[in-house]
Amino acid sequence: MSAHGAARERWVGLAEAAARGRGAEPAWLASRRAEALAHFAEAGLPSTRQEEWRYTNVTPLAAIPFEPAPPGGAAERAEVEAISFPFFACSAFVFVDGRLAPGLSSSVAGAVQLVDLAGAPARLGAQVDTKQHPFAALNTALFEGAACLRVPPGSVLPQPIHLVFVSTGNGAPRASFPRVFLEAGAGSRALVIQDHVTLGGGPRFTDAVTEVSVAENASLELVVLQRESEATFHVGNLQAELGRDARLAARTLTLGGAFVRNDVGVRLAGPGAECDLDGLFLGAGSRLVDNHTLIDHAVPSCTSRELYKGILGGRSRGVFRGRVIVRPDAQKSDARQSSANVLLGNDAEIDTKPQLEIWADDVRCSHGASIGRLDEEALFYLRSRGLAEGAARELLTRGFAAEVLRRIGSEPLAEALGDLLQERLRGEAAR
Amino acid sequence: MSDALIEIKGLHARAGDAEILRGVDLVIRAGEVHAIMGPNGSGKSTLAGVLAGRPAFEVTRGQVLFDGKDLLGLAPEERARAGLFLAFQYPVEIPGVGNNYFMKAALNAIRTHRGQEPLDAMEFLALAREKAKLVEMPEDLMARSVNEGFSGGEKKRNEVLQMLLLEPRFAVLDETDSGLDIDALRTVAGGVNALRGPGRALLVITHYQRLLDYIVPDFVHVLSEGRIVHSGGKELAHELEARGYGWLEKEPPPGGARA
Repeated sequence: MSAHGAARERWVGLAEAAARGRGAEPAWLASRRAEALAHFAEAGLPSTRQEEWRYTNVTPLAAIPFEPAPPGGAAERAEVEAISFPFFACSAFVFVDGRLAPGLSSSVAGAVQLVDLAGAPARLGAQVDTKQHPFAALNTALFEGAACLRVPPGSVLPQPIHLVFVSTGNGAPRASFPRVFLEAGAGSRALVIQDHVTLGGGPRFTDAVTEVSVAENASLELVVLQRESEATFHVGNLQAELGRDARLAARTLTLGGAFVRNDVGVRLAGPGAECDLDGLFLGAGSRLVDNHTLIDHAVPSCTSRELYKGILGGRSRGVFRGRVIVRPDAQKSDARQSSANVLLGNDAEIDTKPQLEIWADDVRCSHGASIGRLDEEALFYLRSRGLAEGAARELLTRGFAAEVLRRIGSEPLAEALGDLLQERLRGEAAR
Repeated sequence: MSDALIEIKGLHARAGDAEILRGVDLVIRAGEVHAIMGPNGSGKSTLAGVLAGRPAFEVTRGQVLFDGKDLLGLAPEERARAGLFLAFQYPVEIPGVGNNYFMKAALNAIRTHRGQEPLDAMEFLALAREKAKLVEMPEDLMARSVNEGFSGGEKKRNEVLQMLLLEPRFAVLDETDSGLDIDALRTVAGGVNALRGPGRALLVITHYQRLLDYIVPDFVHVLSEGRIVHSGGKELAHELEARGYGWLEKEPPPGGARA
């Protein structure tokens, strides 16, 4: 049997065992899980024969006998604070191997509500097509906890909410299934950081699903930070839906992991909705970072701004595929997409492919893609002022990333993420 | 001779297959200001680039001593730390890198090399503001990305501002006057003159005599086809302005090219 076939059977068995061990759940949840598992059992792991996975081969992931992390993963408060620095000062909810760790979490900030799985709304799972996304199906069958956050209508959160997903381990291959459900009520305003970190050694598989809905005239900024260990396979799925005049900024920063695949889908479902869809990814060593995005202009008069930037060094590979669909009725749509990439070495690679599908005629749509190297003249300019070559390269690289960081609504957060990027760049340069 | 700051001896350099410098000899002592003039394509910018360590140029023969030590073996940043500065003819725009951040990093790299304490953000800003006044550099430009969206004149002011901050002992100004109106020229020249002093030397490369009315040189040299073909005092600039370069080809240089 192929690695894919064996992995499918193993995962189906593990999901069935997990269901048996879990005890009674609300009927809606049990049926979502059963449906998702059936979808996964039918589809199995994706292959490079599928268009959506052409550039990304999951065989290395299939070949490792991952098992769902058991409850009780060891995570001390000090360790968690140290690795989730510097954002821990805001309201933090810590999930260890996908399960809420109340002892590590701070109290609920302001008016926001965090509910556990028992109190989760039945809408959880409604936004993700588990038939189309096998890893989201696997998550749905196997997640053991969820961050369900509801920002009440009209409330403005005074500080960011920090969701920390810690995967723990002691050497054995372990999988965790982070699940996030965010509802921004009408007229509300919030900033949420979804942060993925690693404690302890050993191979990891993080299979995350995030569902976001932004109601009328609400504004939500979501920063997904992926900074897991070099032995981590991360597959993330983010699906968002925006109502009338709603605003969403979803930004994914990939700074770690061995294999990272992100599927992001945004549906502009109310007139006047606006989204910023950004990504910044750093490839180093033999890391693979694959970003697949889909923006769906479903109704008239919506705006989307997409900016993905890749920095690829070592023997890393990047993939960007950005689909934008403008539906026949979605007149006055305004969509701009840009994919810019810099290759730091001769052995790094990027495949970038915009895909605009425009069915309406009165629209403004544009896209651009670039692949380049650090500007030699700029490098000489900086060196001629006394900066060492390494420092000059670092400064130029950070400058390249700045366009994405500057769009972040919180200046201290943008600054901290810039520092984190620089630290990673320095670490990679030293390797 | 013992107080020579820069000694260029028989310098040959090429860019790709084209030989551009074909034996440049020049001695510049501390306290002196030298100007190099010459027609387009004579090698003026190549000479500036070779001195600063621009990677596009390859030195094929000759030697440059800075303070009696070999200059050409040093990386561009080592030359800067040793006290050499090149004001670029075409300053580079660097999106995403803050002007202040960059200048502070550069100054602190050089200060560290000199054994001085690095300046913190407040100390740096105070110093930068003081120097910016000398070249009438608007403060909002300091907070912007390096040269991004700057006008031609703003870019040149920024070059001179960097020079004033880094306090080089030997500065090469590569056509710093090109593209400047007369007011901007006066301002930029004022900034340059603020740096003049007994311990420092300047090499001013220009196409036009106009700049030399404001930065008055001690010596003027004519570069032609990669060699210094004529040298004189400051009056030579006026003569070149009046007569062009053609007459030099008919009158061979008097006894080599030494100033």
